[in-house]
Amino acid sequence: MIEAIGQYEFLQNAFLTGMIIGVIAPLLGAFIVVRRLSLIADALSHVTLAGIAAGLYFGQTFTFLAWLNPMYSGMVFSVIGSLFIERLRTVYKHYQELAIPIILSGGIGIGVIFISLADGFNTDLFSYLFGSVSAVSREDLWLICIVSVVVMATVYLLYKELFLLSFDEEHAKASGIPAKSIHFIFIILVALVIAASMRIVGVLLVSALMTLPVAASMRMAKGFKQTIAYSVLFGEIAVITGLISAFYLDLAPGGTIVVASILILLLVIAAKKFVKAG
Amino acid sequence: MNPSSVIEIKNVSYRYDRDNVLENIQLSVPKGAFLGLVGPNGSGKSTLLKLILGLLKVKEGEILLFGTPQKNFKNWDRIGFVSQKANSFNTGFPATVYEVVASGLTKKLGLFRLPGSKEKQAIKAAVAAVGMEQFLTRNIGELSGGQQQRVFIARAIVSKPDILILDEPTVGVDSKNVESFYEMLSYLNKKMGITLLLVTHDIGIISDKVTHVACLNKYLHFHGSMKQFETLNEDDLSALYGHGIHLLDHHHDHQEADI
Ligand SMILES: Nc1ncnc2c1ncn2[C@@H]1O[C@H](COP(=O)(O)OP(=O)(O)OP(=O)(O)O)[C@@H](O)[C@H]1O
Ligand SMILES: [Mg+2]
Repeated sequence: MIEAIGQYEFLQNAFLTGMIIGVIAPLLGAFIVVRRLSLIADALSHVTLAGIAAGLYFGQTFTFLAWLNPMYSGMVFSVIGSLFIERLRTVYKHYQELAIPIILSGGIGIGVIFISLADGFNTDLFSYLFGSVSAVSREDLWLICIVSVVVMATVYLLYKELFLLSFDEEHAKASGIPAKSIHFIFIILVALVIAASMRIVGVLLVSALMTLPVAASMRMAKGFKQTIAYSVLFGEIAVITGLISAFYLDLAPGGTIVVASILILLLVIAAKKFVKAG
Repeated sequence: MNPSSVIEIKNVSYRYDRDNVLENIQLSVPKGAFLGLVGPNGSGKSTLLKLILGLLKVKEGEILLFGTPQKNFKNWDRIGFVSQKANSFNTGFPATVYEVVASGLTKKLGLFRLPGSKEKQAIKAAVAAVGMEQFLTRNIGELSGGQQQRVFIARAIVSKPDILILDEPTVGVDSKNVESFYEMLSYLNKKMGITLLLVTHDIGIISDKVTHVACLNKYLHFHGSMKQFETLNEDDLSALYGHGIHLLDHHHDHQEADI
């Protein structure tokens, strides 16, 4: 395996990308889960799908747009989708979760329209839906590096504000911190990470990589910093084992990574039971 | 304007949609006071606190905080707050007592700054002041309701506020622990010099600790020292309060025992 990575650039791209998103997806996931926003990640990933389909369609239809990396259009859609969710959440104050099905179905709807307009990019699309070991380009890798630096720096600098906002939104507002702006920045980060992660895990399974490691971590962590640390550790293990098995068994990595995450979760739950009983 | 007033509320009325829930409220909280704010359910107590804290916008009347009009007020770290809903927070949240209390310093530290050794000292001191030092590394969800409430008070006092505002902090605290809870509040008031504004239904239990009382039911029916409040008889009270709640039951028990 190590040899193969040394040999093939596409494998280097896939593994480096995987290791980066193995950090940033669970990192943001920890905040998403404790704020009970898991479904927002799902909604945004479907909007990202629409963006990718649009990018693929325009790229193949108009030759002057052939350079367009669908990841850019995916990110743009994802960020716009996150703004819509925020808007809808304030419109339906008491039914905030209503924003999610609206955005989610809107994303699929627009995605399907572009897909049927352009029918003919099925293999490409498959890799965006479920991830791919071979489709990650150097350009994708660079883009993901930039996103991850932005995400990690922001979380580091705004850690105490993000913590307070997650733990107690009302108190955050009462204490006079700019809660709205911080929340806004957070949602945009989520949108970026979702778009960045889909190359490896695929649009449909991005939210799993953000939530499953956190679900396992919360079973055993003391405190929030530990929750983040274990989440990142579990996410990283899931991505690496998932990518290796995807490579050897010729499977879509989205599937193997999610199955690995679920196995970790089950192991942690079982271990916890065992410790309690013993 | 009275410079020794921490909070000064002038002619404040408020409505959510149609009818006023607060009508022409005038209230001042003197420095060093322990003010008990009482009133039946739905009388507007939480609404008044939210207006003070800027969670709701004052549309009619004016609120002064430390002599500064609320809209120009910046030093929110001088005001600590423990909300009525503090004990209905997400109990599964994986945060330790230390982390929760540290979050009380967020505003004071300002953007991009992390707690240093001075802040760490302050966090430990606040946790000790509420008697929770042996639980520092425990997850907040693994504490009893009363212990959680103490942690929320520690979070509110860690930034060394001049006033602490509490909205029914003893909901979900059993009667045995309620007494020691109020002992602790009294300690914060007398020994640490923190002004207290407490919304409570237990005015009887704490009548020897509060210095001032305000009775609210849409209108402010009474506002004065505990001494003046004690001279009111049961009829005055039910008139003030709207209906016949036995506000001073505990208090009478005490007096009878004293005699
Ligand atoms: N968000 C809201 N929208 C509309 N009306 C509200 C809202 N919150 C409170 N009210 C109304 O305002 C009035 C005062 O409510 P408030 O919560 O201030 O009462 P309270 O004195 O704190 O009661 P309790 O003792 O039950 O806590 C009530 O009639 C209530 O129905
Ligand atoms: Mg209330």
